[in-house]
Amino acid sequence: MNPVERLGLNTTSLVLHLGRLGVFVAGVLRASASPPVRLRRFVAEVFDVGVLSLPIICLSGATVGAVLGFQSYVALSRFGAEGSVGAVVGISLIREFGPVLTALLVTGRAGSAMAAEIASMVQTGQIDGLRMMSIDPVHFVVMPKAWGMLFTMPLLSALFIVFAIAGGYAIVVALLGLDAGTYLTSLEDAVEFDEDVMQSLTKALVFGSLVAAIATYRGYTSEPTSAGVSAATTGTVVAASVAVLLMDYVLTTLWGV
Amino acid sequence: MQPSPTRDLIVGLFVLCGFAALAYLSIQVGGTAYSGPSGLELRATFEQVGGLRPRAPVAIAGVKVGQVSRIELADDLRAAVSLDLDPKLQLPVDTSARIVTSGLLGDQFITLEPGAEDDILASGDEIDFTESAISLESLIGKFVNDAGLEEEDGGKPR
Amino acid sequence: MDGDGALARDFHIAFDGVQLTLGRRSVFRGLSCGFVRRQISVVLGGSGAGKSTLLRLIGGLQRPDAGSVRVGGREVNRLSERDLFGVREKIGMLFQGGALLDSMTIFDNVALPLREHTQRSEAEIAAEVNRRLASVGLPDVGDLYPRHLSGGMNRRAALARSVVMDPEIVLCDEPFSGLDPVNVRRIEALLVDLSRRAGLTLVVTSHHLASSLRMADRLVFLVDGGAVSGAPQDLLRSEDRRIVDFLAAETDAAFDPARLADENARPALGGRS
Repeated sequence: MNPVERLGLNTTSLVLHLGRLGVFVAGVLRASASPPVRLRRFVAEVFDVGVLSLPIICLSGATVGAVLGFQSYVALSRFGAEGSVGAVVGISLIREFGPVLTALLVTGRAGSAMAAEIASMVQTGQIDGLRMMSIDPVHFVVMPKAWGMLFTMPLLSALFIVFAIAGGYAIVVALLGLDAGTYLTSLEDAVEFDEDVMQSLTKALVFGSLVAAIATYRGYTSEPTSAGVSAATTGTVVAASVAVLLMDYVLTTLWGV
Repeated sequence: MQPSPTRDLIVGLFVLCGFAALAYLSIQVGGTAYSGPSGLELRATFEQVGGLRPRAPVAIAGVKVGQVSRIELADDLRAAVSLDLDPKLQLPVDTSARIVTSGLLGDQFITLEPGAEDDILASGDEIDFTESAISLESLIGKFVNDAGLEEEDGGKPR
Repeated sequence: MDGDGALARDFHIAFDGVQLTLGRRSVFRGLSCGFVRRQISVVLGGSGAGKSTLLRLIGGLQRPDAGSVRVGGREVNRLSERDLFGVREKIGMLFQGGALLDSMTIFDNVALPLREHTQRSEAEIAAEVNRRLASVGLPDVGDLYPRHLSGGMNRRAALARSVVMDPEIVLCDEPFSGLDPVNVRRIEALLVDLSRRAGLTLVVTSHHLASSLRMADRLVFLVDGGAVSGAPQDLLRSEDRRIVDFLAAETDAAFDPARLADENARPALGGRS
C-alpha cells in the first residue's frame, strides 16, 4: 500500500471512528436521561478520578507554578517589571496551564485506568453478563464513569491552579524576595472573571467530556483479549491527549474572538 | 460497590475543596472590581475615554464606591459613561469626574472629586465637570511639539 | 438430522438453517436443531466447534449471517437490543469463568438482577440472595469479592445469580471446565437438582463426556458446521463416523460404546450426589 493509499485509509478510518464515537456518546446521553440515577456509582467514580488524582495534581500544580513563577520573574526583571509576576503566572495558569495540564495528567492517570477497567470487563465477559441480565452496560458502567470524569475535571483544574499559584508564591516571595502583597495584588487585578476564569472553566468542562468520551468508548469497543485491553489503554492516552491539545487551540481562538 | 461512609466523606471533602478553589479563583482572584452596594446612577460625558471599560471601578479618594456600567456614544459624538454607585453617597452637583490610569501602564478607572455646593446629585443626573483620559501619545507629541516651537521662538516655552 | 421430529413442536429453543462465519472461520453451515422444554440438553463438540457461539446465538449476543434462532417462538436474531432485554429476562446465563462483576461483592452480584428489575425491599432481597447462595453451597461468602473465591466457588455463585430471577431457560457455558472431579460432581448435581425442581430448560455446553452422559436428557453434537441430536443412549450406539471418533477421542479406556452407555446410565432420581 503506497503512502497515499495509507493516508486515505487512515482518514476514512478516523472519520469512521468519529462517527462511531458520536453514536456512542449519543447512547450515553440517552442512558443518562433514563432512570435509575446511579448516584452511588457516580460517587465511586468521583473518588477514583478525583480523590486518587489529588496527589499528582497537587504536586504537579505546585511544581509548575514554581517553575512558571521563577521563569517569569527572570524574564520580567529584565524589563524591571517583576512586580507583574503574579499577573503573568495567574493569567497563563488560569487560561492555559491549569485546564490543559490537568486534562493531560488526568488522561494519563484516570483516563487510561477507566479505559482499562471497561476493556477488561469486556474481556472477562462481564459486559455480556450484564446484557444477559437485561441490564444496559452503557447505563450501568459507562454513564456513571463518564459523568464522574466530566464533573471532576473542573474541580481538579481549579485545585491545580490554586496549588500552582501557591507554588509561584513560594518561589517568588519566599525565595526571590518579591513582596507578597505585590504578587497577590497583581494577580487579582489582572485576572478577570469573564475573560479568564470562565475560559478556564469552559476548557476544563470540554476537556473533561472529551476524555470521558474517548476513554469509555475505547474501553467499551475494545477487543476481548489482553492485547485489546492494552490497545484500549494506550489508544485512550494518545487520542485524548491530542484531542485536548487540539480543542485547546480551538477554544483559545474562539475565546479571543 | 460497597457503600462506604468513609469514602463518601472523602469524596464530599474533595468536592468541597474543588468548589472552594473555584470560588477563590472566581471571586477573589477573578473578582468583580466592585461588589458593594449600588443603585445611584449618574452620567458623565467625556471627550475621550481612552482605555476605560465597563465594570471599571469608580473611586473617591482612592476608595472604590461603584463601577462603570455602560459606555456609549452620545448624540454630540462624545462618550457617555454611566456610573453605578453606592446609594448612600451624597455628592454635590459640582462634583467632577476624571479618568485616571492606575500606575503608568495599568487599567483606567474613574475618580470623583466632590464639590462644595449644597445641592446633591440625584439618580439619573449628569456630572457636569469631567476631565478626559490623558493619552500618553498626545502628551509626548505635545511635548515634542512644544520643544520644537521653543527653538523657533528662541527658547520661550508656550 | 434430528431423530425425534415428533418433538419439534415442543422445542423451546429452535435453530433453523443457521449460518455463521466469524472472522475467516465458518462456524455454522446450515445448523438446525432444537432444545426441548424442561429438558437438560448437553451440547458436545470439539474446540472451535461453536459451543459457546451457540449459546451466544440463543442469548442474542451474536447474530447469525442467515437462518433463524427462535426462543419461545420469538426470532431473537431479528429483535432489537431493547426487545431482547424482554426475552433475556426469561434466560439465565452462566458464562465460562462466571463473569461476576469483580468490583462488587458476591452478595451484590447475586442481588443485582433483583435490585435492577424488581421493587423488592432490601430485606426481601437479602433473604432471597442468602437462600440462593445457601442452595449452591456458599452460605458464608456474601461479603467476599470474586477474586477471593476459587474457580469452582465463582461458578456456583454465578449459577446462583443466573437463577435468582426464576428464568425458564438456563444456559451454561462449559460449567465443568478447569474443575477437579469433586467440584465437577457438585456442579453437575446442582444443575440437575435445580433444573428438575424448577422445570428449567437447561442447555449446557461441555467437554466433559462422563457428566454429559449422566445428566443429559438429550445430546447435541456439533459436527461439520451442523448438529446431530438425540438421546444419549442412541447416540452412543450411533454409527456416524464423526460421533464415534469424537467419543473415542474423549475417552481414554478402550472404547466400547455399549459399556459406556451402561456405566453412565443416570442414577435413580432423588438424593444428592
